[in-house]
Amino acid sequence: MGKPEMRWVAAAVFVALAALPLFAGGFYLQFATRILIAALFAASLDLLVGHAGLVSLGHALFFGLGAYTLMLFSPPAAAASLPLSLAAAAGVAALAAFLVGALVLRTSGIYFIMVTLAFAQMTYYAVHDSKHLGGSDGKYIYVRPVLEIAGVKPFDLEQPLHFFYFCLVLLALAFVSIRVLLASPFGRVIAGIKSNEHRMRAVGFPTYRYKLACFVIAGAIAGVAGWLAAALDGVVNPEMLSWHQSGQLLMMVILGGSGSVAGPLLGAAAFKCLELVLQGWTRHWQLALGALIILAVLALPRGLSQLLPKIGAPWKARLLFARKA
Amino acid sequence: MEGAAALRTQGLTRRFEGLVAVNQVTLECRVGQLHAVIGPNGAGKTTLINLLSGDLAPSSGRVFLCEREVGGLPAHRISQLGVGRSYQRSNVFMDFTVLENCRLSAQSRLPSSFRFVRPASTYRDIRQAAERAIAAVGLESRANVCASALSHGERRQLEVAMTLATAPRVLLLDEPLAGMGAEEAERMVALLRRLSPGHAMLLVEHDMDAVFALAKTLTVMVDGSVLASGTPAAIRANPQVQEAYLGSAADD
Repeated sequence: MGKPEMRWVAAAVFVALAALPLFAGGFYLQFATRILIAALFAASLDLLVGHAGLVSLGHALFFGLGAYTLMLFSPPAAAASLPLSLAAAAGVAALAAFLVGALVLRTSGIYFIMVTLAFAQMTYYAVHDSKHLGGSDGKYIYVRPVLEIAGVKPFDLEQPLHFFYFCLVLLALAFVSIRVLLASPFGRVIAGIKSNEHRMRAVGFPTYRYKLACFVIAGAIAGVAGWLAAALDGVVNPEMLSWHQSGQLLMMVILGGSGSVAGPLLGAAAFKCLELVLQGWTRHWQLALGALIILAVLALPRGLSQLLPKIGAPWKARLLFARKA
Repeated sequence: MEGAAALRTQGLTRRFEGLVAVNQVTLECRVGQLHAVIGPNGAGKTTLINLLSGDLAPSSGRVFLCEREVGGLPAHRISQLGVGRSYQRSNVFMDFTVLENCRLSAQSRLPSSFRFVRPASTYRDIRQAAERAIAAVGLESRANVCASALSHGERRQLEVAMTLATAPRVLLLDEPLAGMGAEEAERMVALLRRLSPGHAMLLVEHDMDAVFALAKTLTVMVDGSVLASGTPAAIRANPQVQEAYLGSAADD
């Protein structure tokens, strides 16, 4: 898990985030919650884009499926079971990722981008035209899911503060799990595939099944993010599956710096803040946002995490010095 | 005293849209009997190696590994069956260090890499296999250098080290000496000589001094076909070979 210093930096960031509600409430707390969810979603895509070299333009598919799973698990005017619906959201997204991945991973490069996009758009239209799922308007989730152990509720997601901390804990868990995963033999295989897939096969790795496993893990995390988004807003709609959503997510990943430790969080925060500020300024905020992102990518090809050299570097350094341990 | 061939082909053929790159090649490779394949550029030597390593599927003909048919299996299966292959153009993980390159290669010998928790760097057997491979090619002092920062010759050494890290029984080496300085080449020849007793080796190489110093058997390919095959002395004396290949090579 990184050099000791880096572990402290990461811990400090999460402590700072945990202290945020002391300074922000109401709108800003909810805004911060949205950033955490976007960061989780971005981290799942970065697993594919930044670590496995698989640029997917259909990742919103799994996000949307997680969201719709919560909607289907929520009885009208009553709360869904939190553990059940969350596990189902991750499970449905993982299953979909397995089925889609099994097909799209037979392609690569530009074809991979196009086919992931095609699958997401197919699902988008299927949901869009389905009465049962609420069609183009989507459906409401009136009560947030509840965790109840022996009649006791340890927390209540209806309270914005609890919701914020719930997201923070899930993000921290995902963050740590991904770091552990990347350092494991599985993670090294993923890194090798990104670096040189042909050589990976030549030294004896059946690369397809490793890519598929990575795709499924990324899909499951995206499903959890979708579950959180649906629970927060109390609504699902087809736009959650759309290519806009996938495209924005890819921008967050690139803006933050793909394949970096802090990238998904930085990218999500920067993107959401820019969106918020620019929306207040001008109706043409998307134009301004696009221009700013182009500038950012030109100035910082490796994303915002490039501004934090001491945080990004130890990860590589650690791999070099590991054998001395 | 010689056992069965570790690697054997029978009428191996590969066509590319009308061009026959490898035509009816039958040869065998035994442990301790380094088999060198020579021939002018475009003779089909690299295609032959690609067919043996699974990078390409044969159009017809058969490949046997210890009498088991392996022709047409994917590259990763053939690698798992004990065939290691090095590439003519360095084909390494450029953004990994030398150690990481070899460690990942050695990691392929785990029954599975679906292991998600324990850090890869703590697998001692893998690290030792990687370090042995690095030591074998003489890159110890460069173990922590990124592959992209290596000199051309060092990258050639790494290429061979990665192949060794997978603990192969059969080695397919595609011009391991290409672009190496005299000293590096000498060390590589010494390494190949050391490896020869324990491995079945197929060597494609343009450096004739190295080929004649190492090979127990020589096959000359021209235009995809075997022109002649035999001991180095017999090949040297073969007038057809002198005319078709060795004569023209002397002009280079």
